[in-house]
Amino acid sequence: MDALVVTAALVIVAALNLYAVSGGADYGGGVWDLFARGPRAERQRELIAHAIGPIWEANHVWLILAIVVLFTGFPPAYARITTILHVPLFLMLLGIVARGAAFSFRSYGSPRGETQRSWGRVFAVSSLVTPLLLGMILGAIAAGTVPAEPRSTAVFLTSWWGLFPLSVGLYALVMFAFLAAVYLTVEAEDEDLREDFRRRALGSGILLGVLAAAVLAVAGLRVPEILDDLTRTPWSWGLHALTAAAALGTLFALWRRHAPWARIGAVLQVSLIIWGWAFSQYPHLIKPDLALADAAAPPITLKLLLGALAAGVVLLVPSFVYLFRVFGKVRKP
Amino acid sequence: MDDLLAARSQMAISLMFHILFAIAGMAMPVLMVVSEALWLRTGRALYLDLTRRWAKGTAILFAVGAVSGTVLSFELGLLWPKFMEHAGAIIGMPFSLEGFAFFTEAIFLGIYLYGWDRVPPRAHWWAGVVVAVSGGLSAVFVVTANAWMNTPAGFDLVDGQITNIDPVAAMLSPAALPEALHMLLAAYAAVGFAVAGIHAFVLLRHPGDPFHRAALAIALLLGGPAALLQPVSGDLLAQMVADTQPAKLAAMEGQFETETGAPLRIGGLPDPARGVTRWAIEVPYGLSLLAHHDPQATIVGLNDIPRENWPNPVIVHLSFQIMVACGTAMALLALVAGFLAGRRRGMVLPRWLLRSLVLASPLGVLALEAGWFVTELGRQPWIIQGVMRTRDALTPMPGLTLPLVTITLVYMALGVIVIVLLRRHVISTVPSEVPV
Repeated sequence: MDALVVTAALVIVAALNLYAVSGGADYGGGVWDLFARGPRAERQRELIAHAIGPIWEANHVWLILAIVVLFTGFPPAYARITTILHVPLFLMLLGIVARGAAFSFRSYGSPRGETQRSWGRVFAVSSLVTPLLLGMILGAIAAGTVPAEPRSTAVFLTSWWGLFPLSVGLYALVMFAFLAAVYLTVEAEDEDLREDFRRRALGSGILLGVLAAAVLAVAGLRVPEILDDLTRTPWSWGLHALTAAAALGTLFALWRRHAPWARIGAVLQVSLIIWGWAFSQYPHLIKPDLALADAAAPPITLKLLLGALAAGVVLLVPSFVYLFRVFGKVRKP
Repeated sequence: MDDLLAARSQMAISLMFHILFAIAGMAMPVLMVVSEALWLRTGRALYLDLTRRWAKGTAILFAVGAVSGTVLSFELGLLWPKFMEHAGAIIGMPFSLEGFAFFTEAIFLGIYLYGWDRVPPRAHWWAGVVVAVSGGLSAVFVVTANAWMNTPAGFDLVDGQITNIDPVAAMLSPAALPEALHMLLAAYAAVGFAVAGIHAFVLLRHPGDPFHRAALAIALLLGGPAALLQPVSGDLLAQMVADTQPAKLAAMEGQFETETGAPLRIGGLPDPARGVTRWAIEVPYGLSLLAHHDPQATIVGLNDIPRENWPNPVIVHLSFQIMVACGTAMALLALVAGFLAGRRRGMVLPRWLLRSLVLASPLGVLALEAGWFVTELGRQPWIIQGVMRTRDALTPMPGLTLPLVTITLVYMALGVIVIVLLRRHVISTVPSEVPV
């Protein structure tokens, strides 16, 4: 297939990958805000807020980048997804708005007031719902239930409301929560808080493994083609083996309290999961009938787009490095 | 409600809401950077306090802008999938560039807002400069995409199919430069006057308070020149519209008959049924002069344009009148304030001027929204002028009234909350608390 087309598609996957390991973890932070328990509940919430505060807006732009490259590079695919998956996309948008606004309002609301607590709840609940919907949308695209034309009104619901998309949604949610717990284990500066998040990271990491099995089981029942796609080439098996090794390595590092190694392992694990999904889709953008090549914009558009992206990355990488260096460690309360 | 009207209303509400936060993201960093530079130069604590206070306001506004902007990037497809299917490959370029500009803005705003005691003062100031510049660039890129919808370029239309795409030519469509210029100045004028009005309001109660005087001066330094320059960019834009979108110009001016040496109509109400614009003050040859810089130029009237290609002349004309009226008032006020500031340096500002500034506070935002009404409703019934009709771009998804109502309620709630928070953080200050 045309190298330009493949490169543009790789950029979308890379943007989604970066969104998952950065923005995704910000949602995960919201999940742990919701489940903050025990004598250190307030301090857990403070740590989460400090960790997310300076960076969530920048992290969020990865999603916008993925969308922009999708509609520039593959306009028919964008049109089809936004048409058929209107309902979950709209609900996800409400989640994005509620999460971002509530987080900001809580930071600048009256300190420790009842209103601040309500914003905290809105922030936490929308952090739970948004990744669930994002996963359901990707699940629907993978399951091949997003047709080119809506033959009936029912398709606006049946395309995404099903056991398989739901299982992928849950999987995405737990994945983000797991990432956040691992990051927070690294960023916590005192021993008790670090233990709190280490236990959460271990728990959610194990749950993620269980859910992976569950998603595959559901796929076997509902969309067996996905299992074929996931195991098509020897390469796929290698990828899955690497993913499993990263997962086990992360859990081991957490168990042995090597938090920085666990962070590397978790990022690797999540990235491999996303690339594994992407390769199983190839050469399709939307299963089962919209191939990348058929959805691609003319070569001139792709060339300019990739040129702009390359130039943008040259600007972006040093900026991000600077951002993370400035906020690498969370300020002591 | 008809699905087409619902979708158009949802788009309108989303854009009207987002643009308020977008202009704050463009112009507030300019104010902060000026104020912070004054602090670095003079060491007066009030400038630092002012910078931090404005920064807090900006943080809230920017967060809402970031998420309402995300909503728009999806809504383009949720509501107008057929448009995006055909236009995506042509105008995706400016959107991707905007993505990077926004990225840069978000990164450095994070450093600016949270990095006060983490980066050296000069680096902090430069972070603010980057935010201001990338905020402006974001707007320019997005506006070029809109400009393309008004003056589509960079492709060939063969048997109704778009071919031979040239995204660069599309980005540099005839409307791109005048629209971008007009938008930038509008943002600076609107935010400058809005902020000036807020601080003038406090100064009325606490005359001579140095904190709010400094804030007022910086805000007017940005808003005043922008308001004075705006008529020039408006003139450029009007000539471009006259050349490329005769139906829009006719609707803006309530021009029904094709006329040589057409008058400029100030005020008045177009009556599309009768084909006349009543109760307007007519300036002879004014429109021909303004549109083509020639008193004898011919202006095409709506009657010579097929009815199915008409925009709504009532709304477009009235919006245009509102925009021009607000802009004129602001430019005059900027002149007066500039004149007084030159003569009475360091003296207490006259109360009538402060009162006028309070009254003028919402005018820039009003002009901006009205101006976008002119741009967008003036282009109807086209989503891409002359190429694709808005109704042909609509999603087949039924029941679009529900998302319209939902988004309206959500945005109304957010708007109220933002106002409450801004009141708490930026506006209500006891002057004595601020060291000078």
